[in-house]
Formats: sequence, C-alpha cells, structure tokens
Amino acid sequence: MNRREFLHLLSAASAAGLTLPLDPARAEKAAEALYDAPAFGNVSLLHITDCHAQLRPIYFREPNVNIGVGAMANRPPHLVGEAFLKHFKVEPGTRLAHAFTFLDFERYAALYGRVGGFAHLATLVKRLRATRPGALLLDGGDTWQGSGAAMWTKGQDMVDAAKLLGVEAMTLHWECTYGQDRVKEIADKDFAGHIDIVAQNIKTQDFGDPVFKPYVMRVVNGVKVAVVGQAFPYTPIANPRYMVADWTFGIQEDNMQKTVDAARADGAKVVVVLSHNGMDVDLKMASRVRGIDAILGGHTHDGVPAPSIVDNGGGKTLVTNAGSNAKFIGVLDFDVKDGKVSDFRYRLLPIFSNLLPADAEMEALIARTRAPFESKLNEKLAVSEGLLYRRGNFNGSFDQVILDALIAEKDAEIALSPGFRWGTTILPGEPITMENVLDQTAITYPYVTLTQMKGSQIKQILEDVCDNLFNADPYYQQGGDMVRVGGLAYSCDPTATAGNRIGDMELNGKPIDAEKTYKVAGWAPVSEAARDAGGEPIWDLVARNLRARKTIAAPKLNLPHLKNVDGNLGLAG
Amino acid sequence: MTLELQPSRRGFLRQTGLLGLAVSAVTFLPRMAYASWNKAAFGAKTMADTYKAMGVDSPTVSADIQLNAADIAENGAVVPVEAISKIPNTTQISFLVEKNPAMLTAQFDIGPDTLPQISTRVKMGQTSNVIALVKADGKFYTASKEIKVTLGGCGG
Repeated sequence: MNRREFLHLLSAASAAGLTLPLDPARAEKAAEALYDAPAFGNVSLLHITDCHAQLRPIYFREPNVNIGVGAMANRPPHLVGEAFLKHFKVEPGTRLAHAFTFLDFERYAALYGRVGGFAHLATLVKRLRATRPGALLLDGGDTWQGSGAAMWTKGQDMVDAAKLLGVEAMTLHWECTYGQDRVKEIADKDFAGHIDIVAQNIKTQDFGDPVFKPYVMRVVNGVKVAVVGQAFPYTPIANPRYMVADWTFGIQEDNMQKTVDAARADGAKVVVVLSHNGMDVDLKMASRVRGIDAILGGHTHDGVPAPSIVDNGGGKTLVTNAGSNAKFIGVLDFDVKDGKVSDFRYRLLPIFSNLLPADAEMEALIARTRAPFESKLNEKLAVSEGLLYRRGNFNGSFDQVILDALIAEKDAEIALSPGFRWGTTILPGEPITMENVLDQTAITYPYVTLTQMKGSQIKQILEDVCDNLFNADPYYQQGGDMVRVGGLAYSCDPTATAGNRIGDMELNGKPIDAEKTYKVAGWAPVSEAARDAGGEPIWDLVARNLRARKTIAAPKLNLPHLKNVDGNLGLAG
Repeated sequence: MTLELQPSRRGFLRQTGLLGLAVSAVTFLPRMAYASWNKAAFGAKTMADTYKAMGVDSPTVSADIQLNAADIAENGAVVPVEAISKIPNTTQISFLVEKNPAMLTAQFDIGPDTLPQISTRVKMGQTSNVIALVKADGKFYTASKEIKVTLGGCGG
C-alpha cells in the first residue's frame, strides 16, 4: 500500500463513518506526521512485542511508578511522566506524549482514542512495508496469552493473526503456559513454512539439546541478517515449571556469544537479538556480549522512543523496548555498507486506531475467531466510576478491584495478586465487561487460593518478589512488578538489599506478628500441588463480586510507604 | 553451533533402550566413590568444620576455575552446576553450598589424564553462594557464585 492508497482508504473509511471520529483532513495530517517516516538505509526491521492477545483496540495507561535502582536509576526505561518527556524531548499534550506517558490520561484518552488493534496494526505494517521493501516483521513474544478468546482457543486466534500479519520470527514467554506440547504443535504444524520460533536459551533438561533454532538467517536486499532468539530466561520460575517440565531456560550468556559468533561466521552482516529478557537484562547483556547490532527487547513493557546505545568493547549495540498490548511498533532502519552497519534510524510508532483504518482481511479474521465468545465477552458486569488500570511497580486500580473482590468473597484478612504487567485500561464511566476482567486474569493456572500464613511467611513472600523487581543486578530480576497487596500496610525501600526492603507491616493498625497466622487469599499459584487441588478461576470470583456491586467507585489504592526513592525519576504523582 | 536441531541422540538412545541404561549406570557411581568417602566432611555443619575435615586451609580464589550455573535456580531441588578447572594437576573438584545444613554436597576425584570438568546437580534450600573447590598439587583453590532460590510466580 503506498501513501496515496492509504490516504484514500483513510478518507473512504471516514466518509463511511466507520472508524474516524476526527475531521478527515485533520486525521490525514496527523497520520502523515506520525506514520510517514522516511525510509532509510537498506535493511529494515519491524518489531512488535508483548501484545498479550489484544486483537482489538484498547486503552493502555503507561505507569507513573517505574523505579530503577543502582545503576538503573534515572535512565531509560526508568523514567516516567514529565521526566520521560524531558529526556526524550517529547512535547507535552501531544499524541506522542499521551502514547508514552500516563499524564492527564483520562483527558487525552478521550481525545486521541483507543490504541492498538491488529486490524489497524496490519494497515500500518502494510504501509511501512511499502516504503521499506524486504522489511522483516519480528515478534518478541507474549502474543498468545492475555485475553479470554486466546485462552479458550489455546492461542489459536493469535497464531492465525500473526500468520496473517506476516510475522517472520518470534520468541517465547507466556506462550509456554499452554504447555510445551502445545508450543511444539504450533511450531511444527501452524508455523511450518511461515514463522520460525527462535530461542538460543531453551534446551532440553536431559542432554541440553536446543529445542528451537537459536537463530534464523534472512537475506534482506542482498544483506544477510541473523535474528537470534532469546526467550524469557525465567519462564519455569515466574510461571509453573510443570508446563515446561522437559525444558531449561536461563540467560545463557556464553551460548548467546557462541550463537552470535556462529551467525557472523555464517555470513551475517547484521545480527539482531529478538529478546524477551526485559530491558534492564538486555542492557547488561549488551554490555557483555559482542557482535550484536541491536537487541529488540520486550517483557518489561517499556515503550521507549529511542534506543539506548551500549558500548561493549567490541562495538556498539542498540537496545530497544517496544511497549505492550499492540500499542506500538518499532521501526529500525539500518544502512549496511561494506559488510557492516554504518548508520541507523529508529522510531517507536504508536498505533492510534482512529488514524489507521482497519485492514479488512484482519478485521474479518478477528470477527470470525471472536464470534463463538462474543456474548460471554460482552457481558456488562458493572460500571466503573474511576479509571481502572494495572501497570505500575506496586499497585494498579484494576488490581485493587481484584484484591477487594478476593478479600470480600473469601472473607480473607489479606489478599495477594500477582504483579503482571499486562492488562488493559478502562475509562471512568465505562462498563466493566467480562472481556475486561479476562484481560487482567486470563491465564492457564487461574486458581483462587486461601491459605493460613504466618506473618514471617508473608514477609518472606513480599521480600522475595521485591528482590525480583529491585535486585541491583539485572540478571537476578524477573521483570514483573511487585505483588499487589490488599489489607496489609507496609513500607518498602527499593534500594535496600534482599530480605531488608519490607518493613512496618500492619493489619488494621496493628503490627503483623511473625508467629501469628493470617488468612490470605490469592491466585495464580505455580506449584503442581496447587494445580491438582484446583480452585475457582479468579475471573469467576471477580465477575461475581462485580455483578453484585453493580457500580464500582474509584478504588483506593493500597500502596506501600516508599523509602529512599525521593527524587527518583521513575516515580511521579 | 549449527542450525540443525539434534533430536537424533535422544531418538537413538530411546530406540536402542540405551536411555534406560544410561540412567541406571548413574546409580553405580556413588558406590564406586565409597572408597574415599569423607564422612566428617560431608557431615560437617559449618564451613570451618567442612574445610577442616577436608584438610583445606585458606584456599585461594582462582580465575582459572570456571563455575557455570544459572543466576536463579529453576528448581532448588536440582540445581545444575558445572566446574571446569584449568589449574594443572587438578586431582579433585568439590561443590559446596554455603547455606545448606551440610555444605559439602559432592566431591569428585579426578584421575590422571582426565579432563577436570564436572557437571552435577546440587540441592539448595535458599539463595546461597555455591563454591567450586579445586585441589591441585595438594593446594586448594575456589571459585564461587551466588545462585538465587526464589518462591516463583508473579513474573511478567
């Protein structure tokens, strides 16, 4: 699709009143300014990641708390709000400022509309391909999980959508929670001849044999380009190990170096890593592994407009992160001269659904895959008076709704909810549908648990998760956010060492007793025993609670009292 | 490194029944090691007592020992560790887990003309330093690495 065809499509859609609430002339201008980035060089890579099965346009509020500690403090991706805009020189109040930050979210979301949606993404991919012949479309993973329809089809809706979109290669994380057999089935059947799963760091438990190709080679405009895969290193720890019982993961830095060297020896003039490490881990890896031109990263859901350039003694490596929920697509243009990368351009383009008409073929596929589930997904459970979102280091308002529901429905004193980074946003006054609840909860181990826990055990859990988030060495981080806590007040010093960050734990104004037992509700247990014990899926519990309440007042967030992070640029209002 | 996957080795072992044999062969190993079983060292409850029972006196930290292990254990019950010694005349490689009730978890005697490269699995109850202790020419050398053992869940 060239520019003229695109503009024609845009005005046709607008005339038909289909997609564009904006004045068409203004919409065209805005779309041109955003999406007509001039092509550059001779090798282009298009990068999507962490869409979490969001096929339809959604709202997604970026965090106002994304604290970096140690060497990670006050640098990308640990910048929020105004500090973010200042660092990346983004004009406040603009579409871009709205895409990248939480600032005045409700106001600008109403103005600029929903983001993402595979039909709109498909239109932009076609438009980018038109100006960048041979461009490779790469998917960083967390594609098959995150919605009710994806869960009920075991990822099939996303597999079909990725194929139609024209993805060349992908790597894995949440995909693995459908079980290793399902992943292999898709790799060997659906993806055969279409999409390569790449992962240098997934091996068999017994002999250490590779499960997937460590990299694939593609020729782009005569240039050999190697795409090395790096799956989420801590999949068997962050998610149930029994789902990938025969596989072992890890960062595998030595093997990454060997893989990069092998790709170079194989004639690659460009080597990129398609990574699900998370940005802090990618930045460290980039400083230690030589010969990588760029790490296209995901997992931590950081929408970062410009790459970090890391010097590693052997050269320079670009590190990017392309956000989540199909809200962005990264465009990396390389100029390859004399057998090596001589220059680049990078853009992280937000997908504004009202500036990109829906691609008819993709829209039809989405409608078809959703059809069996529409009535279930569309059930209106309650109306939200406040803004409901998840993303943030310590809590989100939708998590608070889940915590409140857990405490009420299980008659618990304390509730814990996982610090996932996926989950969409609902504007004030909107209904909360079953689809919205599933967008926050659709996992293959959704069991609600009720446990008698000693105060010391609760402390250990909080410390453990907190270390996964704030360990000063990124290789010891897992990339999720802090476990969400209901009922219990506590303080947190992100800069302290493991085991020493959590304090002042109180329940109803009384200090938590290390030896006393408390009734704790939670969900998403990772042990095999918990799976065998079963339990109500969390979405049923939350739906029941919402139906009974009908109107949900803006929840009051239970947040820890933070210590030693005053002035941290990853912390705002 | 090649692009070819290698399922053939397992396939071959399965077909021939060697997989079962390979597993059962492992069970003979401890018996073979009984000859030099150092009961005092394996039963010691502090690092000082362990080293004393092994005859270790202030070992030297050595960059010639490569200790390979994950930063975070996937399963604390079976944590793969590997030590490769480049120190000449290496005669013994041991693995110690600092925070285990008994620190010494495995000890391998290295015969002459044997590659001093050992892979094994250790059990860990909590985050701890793991130490590879190498004996060469009667002297002791170490390399260590922290391996985190976490409760799991709550990722990404």
